[in-house]
Amino acid sequence: MNRSLKILICVFALTLGALAQTTLNGAGATFPYPIYSKWFSEYHNQHSDVQVNYQSIGSGGGIRQVQAGTVDFGATDGPMSDEQIAASKVKVLHVPTVLGAVVPAYNIPGVTQEVKFTPEILAGIFMGKISNWNDAALAKVNPDIKFPNQNITVVHRSDGSGTSYIFTDYLSKISADWQGTTGKGTSVKWPVGVGGKGNEGVAGMIRQLPGSIGYIELIYALQNKINYGSVKNSSGQFVKASLESTTAAAAGVKMPADFRVSITNPPGKTAYPIASFTWLLIPTNPADKTKGKMVKDMVLWALDNGEGMASGLSYAPLPKEVIDKVKAAVNQQVK
Amino acid sequence: MSDDANPLNSPESPEHTQQPMTAIPTLAQAATERKTFAVSSALARIRQSHPRSSRIPDAVFKVLILLTAASVFAIVVFVLWELIDKSRLSLHQFGLGFFVGHEWDPVNDQYGAMPFIYGTLVSSFLALLMAVPLSIGVAVYVTEMCPMRLRAIISFLVELLAAIPSVIYGLWAIFVLAPLLRDYVEPFLAKTLGWTGLFTGPVYGIGMLAAGIILAIMIVPIIASITREVLTAVPQNQREAVLALGATRWEMIRMGVLRNARIGIVGGIILGLGRALGETMAVTMVIGNRPEVSKSLFAPGYTMASVLANEFTEATGDLYLSALIEIGLALFLVTLVVNALARLLVWSITGGSTGRVRA
Repeated sequence: MNRSLKILICVFALTLGALAQTTLNGAGATFPYPIYSKWFSEYHNQHSDVQVNYQSIGSGGGIRQVQAGTVDFGATDGPMSDEQIAASKVKVLHVPTVLGAVVPAYNIPGVTQEVKFTPEILAGIFMGKISNWNDAALAKVNPDIKFPNQNITVVHRSDGSGTSYIFTDYLSKISADWQGTTGKGTSVKWPVGVGGKGNEGVAGMIRQLPGSIGYIELIYALQNKINYGSVKNSSGQFVKASLESTTAAAAGVKMPADFRVSITNPPGKTAYPIASFTWLLIPTNPADKTKGKMVKDMVLWALDNGEGMASGLSYAPLPKEVIDKVKAAVNQQVK
Repeated sequence: MSDDANPLNSPESPEHTQQPMTAIPTLAQAATERKTFAVSSALARIRQSHPRSSRIPDAVFKVLILLTAASVFAIVVFVLWELIDKSRLSLHQFGLGFFVGHEWDPVNDQYGAMPFIYGTLVSSFLALLMAVPLSIGVAVYVTEMCPMRLRAIISFLVELLAAIPSVIYGLWAIFVLAPLLRDYVEPFLAKTLGWTGLFTGPVYGIGMLAAGIILAIMIVPIIASITREVLTAVPQNQREAVLALGATRWEMIRMGVLRNARIGIVGGIILGLGRALGETMAVTMVIGNRPEVSKSLFAPGYTMASVLANEFTEATGDLYLSALIEIGLALFLVTLVVNALARLLVWSITGGSTGRVRA
């Protein structure tokens, strides 16, 4: 084949591709945006007739848009509540895609070692009951560390975020006191502390304030090389968050049929306790059948091929058995 | 300039395409000399050359201008209507108690706007307290005392400050201002002025004081450049007259310049206040984002614009969303009231006169 013919065919194929191209619109969570945009651009490379336009407007916006049927699929960091599902015109399937973890990061003058936290200590600090680093509870689980006499400043997220949801969900599970006074949510009424905007805001404040502690996404800590502590899990092991220990958190949990499950404080020796899925919200009975089929194909493709790309971007992939379950559910429930 | 606009745009004047070329230098010259003679003679020439041209374009022009003015009303009414409409749920649930409530708890669906209203007003007031004397000082120095060469440099720097994006101010505040406040300024204030109750409690660096300072830095360029323009517009003979009466330089500035320019200066301050009330990014980065009313300026606070920016994207509940929009309504009303008060203040000072130099 000569060159000009090749070019001609290329041009022809491109034009045809452009003509036949369909755009799928999605909106929602910001946390998985980097991995989603990689998936969608890779998917477009392999399936030139499908272009996915994903807008990371936040989980709240994602849920609202999918409820109203203005997007082909949504995405969220926290599962929809029963009321939201009841109020939704569009029935959706929660499809777990990747996992995120939240880590406690701190700035304690004179302490360079990795600090160990028990659930009681974390709850105590974030409720303001443990207010100084020289507290006996901290010294007890960290016998090697000499803590200074320094007031603790709690730093939390000021913007509504899935990160806050995961962290408060964890605190609600391990502390009845927290559950009763503050509860869980993307924004809560924090008993103590100051708020920073975004992971970078919280990390910046922690760096600036001696004696501070806050929570940030594992990805952010890994990419910016921020030190963080280990947390005691339900088996009594102190586990430091990593991609492996986050995936392990999902492995020990019994999956319900609708996948709306919180995996904070899961069973399993190697499981890191402050972790969560992030979900795609896929309409099960879409109005536009052609587009619905395309969304379904894309989701199945992502579950097959996308999980391998996750760790390259510091996301924890789903455990194998969860992938199989999710694929079966997508095949069965999405029409 | 408006008078000559329609003959130039008139479709009936093909033979006068040269007119703008000659008219523009004439007008520019006229403006600098504050004389209208050149303009009127230019207009007279245009009118002579095509007498029928003035009526229709004039009417069209009048309607167009009226429409642009009316659009401002339309926008305000539309915004207000949207805000009220979308916050109906929360208005119904909490009534007027919303504006005085102290609780902000999205988990239990309890919402009150007081801490945010308080934070917005206090941070803006703090900012004005610092920015107004500074800006007027800068403007007076630049217009009245500054050597020519330095004047250009200072003016340029002031305008440069206005061009810095607010997120940059915020970052600078987190990494430079907050540590400075925490290590030096706030301990000093606590020691010397702690008895006032305004400077007590734990020292974070971030908090209401940091927000006030960063806002002050952000509104200085606005107030300073407007004040400078206004001071420049005070006629030279006013200064000469006061000096001729034997006034010192300070008296000349006070009586001859600032007194004449006060309405314009207040106009500049109102514009600066507007920016301070609505500023979001820089404030939220340093104010600490804690919805609490605290007397101490060291304590973290929260503003209306910040809570909107922070929580809107992830707000899922209907009542939650509605409460956030009502915060927007509260911000709108607070801005309205503050502006109205400022206008009243100006009127009470000047007795309603409008003949002075304006911005």
